[in-house]
Amino acid sequence: MELVMAIGIGLVAASGVWLVLRPRTFQVIIGLSMLTYAVNMFLLSMGRLRIGVPPVLEATTNAAALADPVPQSLVLTSIVISFSMTALFLVVLLAARGLTGTDHVDGEETNQ
Amino acid sequence: MIGELGGPLLGPGGVGGLGGPVGGQLINLSPHLPILPIIVPVLAAAFMLLLDERVRNAKAIIGGLTTLALLITSLMLVRTVTGQGVDGVPQVLVYRLGDWGAPFGIVLVVDRLAALMVLVTAVLGFAAFLYSLARWAIVGPRFHSLFLLLLMGLNGAFLTGDLFNLYVFFEVLLAASYGLLLHASGRGRVKAGLQYIAINLASSMLFLIGVGLMYSVTGTLNMADLAAKSATLGPGDLALYKAGIAILVVAFLTKAGMWPLSFWLPTAYAAASPPVAAVFAVMTKMGVYVTLRMLMLAAGDQGSGVADPTGVVALLSPWLLVGGIATIVYGSVGALSSRELPRLAAYSTIISSGTLLAAFGTADERVIGASLYYLVASTFGVGAAFLLSEPIGRRRETEAVQVVEPVFGDDFETNLRSEFEGYEVGVVIPGSTALLGGAFVVSALVLVGLPPLAGFVAKLGIMSGVLAHESVVSGLSWTVVAAMVFSSFALLLAFVRKGIEAFWQTGEDVTAEVSSVEAVSIGLLLSVCIAITLAAGPSLRYIDLTSAELAAPVGYSQAVLGEEP
Repeated sequence: MELVMAIGIGLVAASGVWLVLRPRTFQVIIGLSMLTYAVNMFLLSMGRLRIGVPPVLEATTNAAALADPVPQSLVLTSIVISFSMTALFLVVLLAARGLTGTDHVDGEETNQ
Repeated sequence: MIGELGGPLLGPGGVGGLGGPVGGQLINLSPHLPILPIIVPVLAAAFMLLLDERVRNAKAIIGGLTTLALLITSLMLVRTVTGQGVDGVPQVLVYRLGDWGAPFGIVLVVDRLAALMVLVTAVLGFAAFLYSLARWAIVGPRFHSLFLLLLMGLNGAFLTGDLFNLYVFFEVLLAASYGLLLHASGRGRVKAGLQYIAINLASSMLFLIGVGLMYSVTGTLNMADLAAKSATLGPGDLALYKAGIAILVVAFLTKAGMWPLSFWLPTAYAAASPPVAAVFAVMTKMGVYVTLRMLMLAAGDQGSGVADPTGVVALLSPWLLVGGIATIVYGSVGALSSRELPRLAAYSTIISSGTLLAAFGTADERVIGASLYYLVASTFGVGAAFLLSEPIGRRRETEAVQVVEPVFGDDFETNLRSEFEGYEVGVVIPGSTALLGGAFVVSALVLVGLPPLAGFVAKLGIMSGVLAHESVVSGLSWTVVAAMVFSSFALLLAFVRKGIEAFWQTGEDVTAEVSSVEAVSIGLLLSVCIAITLAAGPSLRYIDLTSAELAAPVGYSQAVLGEEP
């Protein structure tokens, strides 16, 4: 499972980086979203990958049989934040498209 | 604890009235002092969102009172940490949110460095807010709220003792800064904003990766606890930990504007409206601050008797030193090439960051002390230069503030535009050209580092510290000094050229229009620069003790981890 997860995160992150470096604003925003997914999965896996164990401490369970709840709450926070940032970026992207008349990240076509 | 705090503080009346009953009420609040710089602006900002955009006088008063309250609170914080602690151990205030104990709950920590940074933010925030009231506050919606939220994010980032909490405050201040950078809209701002947002989103992700790596090997997010736990890591985990801290610092170096990560900065800062750019000057210092904090926490011996047990300082300092020198050179060349004052001020920001990073790279107590003094002086100098840029520019061509047709038709904007004609708070003061010239000279002297002002004292301190310090990464100490002299020379040339162009050039001579509000806020910043020069003794003593405290972070760790809830 670790291997699958690692390869998956790597692929998503690599696609994200490639897209962020593209010249169109839409590609950049999709790239940033993919990077966000990769980082969130990375953050989640930092609490060790475990399946079928609860993160909630009860009197009967021993601590070793628990999933780490902290990364899960961190991921939740980071999902919310990056989601709202993406929405904000989308608005700016549309504003830039409207003001400059192009969807190039520099606000002007370079190869003309 | 927040619930209990709600009583005296919640509600607009409490927030607005904070400036008034300082004597009686704040004394009861004194255990809650560390949370005030965060909670006061956020409550005021939230309340102002409820108000209609047209009640701008009320908003100006609430915002002004809030920034004034921040100023008073930060002065009280500084006074508290300056007080003598028990047994000569430095006084460190720890505020446990929700009363949860340190490694598990989130804590706010006020030591001398954090108090100093909050004070710098408060002074700059107050001046910039005052300045914005002259005209900038009304050229776009929700300026006051965004401005206060930016201050709240900055204060939170300076005060928090928890790494993930730092991320949250980092995002709060970034979100507010996106809104502020785009404030007043316009093609240039939106273009700059697009790139600014993209680069900051990317650097936030680096931050998260760094935090994740550090958490995975230590199992904690509390900064003091991280420093303590990292000292006992095995070699395999330690490598991951160091990778994590390096990635995290890269995120903050992007914010601080270290050279290859700083190409976004001049465009964004020059595009922002002047009061916003002035507060952005302290935002780069936030990146510098976190870098210093990580460095100094790692440098402590954690009771093992060995300095730098994790090797983080040895890992980071060469990068900071070389990167800092490169940043100084880049900033100097940029300053020489810039024609407009905002751009020149933006490159001065980069030079200031570079000098600070190079000084931190020496990891020497004396150098860091002098560099903190430089941090204060240069932040105010840059802030004043940004604020000055508009009235000086107005002198040549009296063009109205750009208000460009919004992309999405917003009734509010068009209404405002008609109201904006001839709107000016305060009287236009006479003799303003001489005043502007004088202010320009003072801010230039501070930034260039010529005697007799604070910039000179600070740069001299850094240089003599670097030269006296033997074990600086071999042979680079002279390079640091040379880079600093070069940057001073470049800034001197750039400022003189700009000054001649702005004040001495013959041609149609328009009297500069400076409203009294603008003059007061610029005057405030510059008089602080002069005051810390005149009171160099006490301020340097405070800063020396700060760097001594940083060099021995035991007090910090004990204060955070020692107390039982």
